[in-house]
Amino acid sequence: MAIRVQAEDFDVGAELAALTEGNRSIGGVTSFVGLVREMGGGPSAMTLEHYPGMTERQLAEIEAEANARWPLQASLIIHRYGRLEPGDRIVLVATASKHREAAFESCHFLIDWLKTRAPFWKLEETAEGSHWVEAKDSDDAAAEKWKQAR
Amino acid sequence: MKLLYFAWLRTKIGVSQEEVAPPDEVRDVASLIGWLQTRGPNFADALKNPAVVRVAVNQEYVRPGHPLAAGDEVALFPPVTGG
Repeated sequence: MAIRVQAEDFDVGAELAALTEGNRSIGGVTSFVGLVREMGGGPSAMTLEHYPGMTERQLAEIEAEANARWPLQASLIIHRYGRLEPGDRIVLVATASKHREAAFESCHFLIDWLKTRAPFWKLEETAEGSHWVEAKDSDDAAAEKWKQAR
Repeated sequence: MKLLYFAWLRTKIGVSQEEVAPPDEVRDVASLIGWLQTRGPNFADALKNPAVVRVAVNQEYVRPGHPLAAGDEVALFPPVTGG
């Protein structure tokens, strides 16, 4: 289990290789990489603010919950903060297990849960100025489904 | 008591953190927000709709009825938008 909150970019291949290094019980790894996407009006950068301390604590709780629900061999969450541009990586969630179901499901759970629990906020830059991104009901619904799921 | 504000709550209120000594009537999160609303137009504006304000006490999410103690770290922020 590992959590990293950092301004710097990460190398997905190197992170996945390190995650499984030396563990011959792992049969599959699922990863999710979140990117800054271009919004309607053309390229728009954003600045991610977070709550240092609570961020790490919430991510650790989310990761512990995934490890309690699924038989994981390894897991990793990296989330960036600071100013990011379209195409930049924001987040990496990776889970490793003996079998693919646990890896797929726990990775999906972690990103859904993270989006509604981890204290990050996006300030988007547009031609008209910058504005705080509003939370989506669909994200709450996505997290909610895991409450009934297992 | 240490208060922290994030995202648009921070920009509307104008500070990111402060130390406060609320009056004795402030015993829980809901009454803290009620008291903060009286501290100026910036607070009144930022907290005019408490339903959209999320609160963490000592870095854990809490509900409006959560009791408060003098040494608590209380953070107020909008719904999160990471990931």
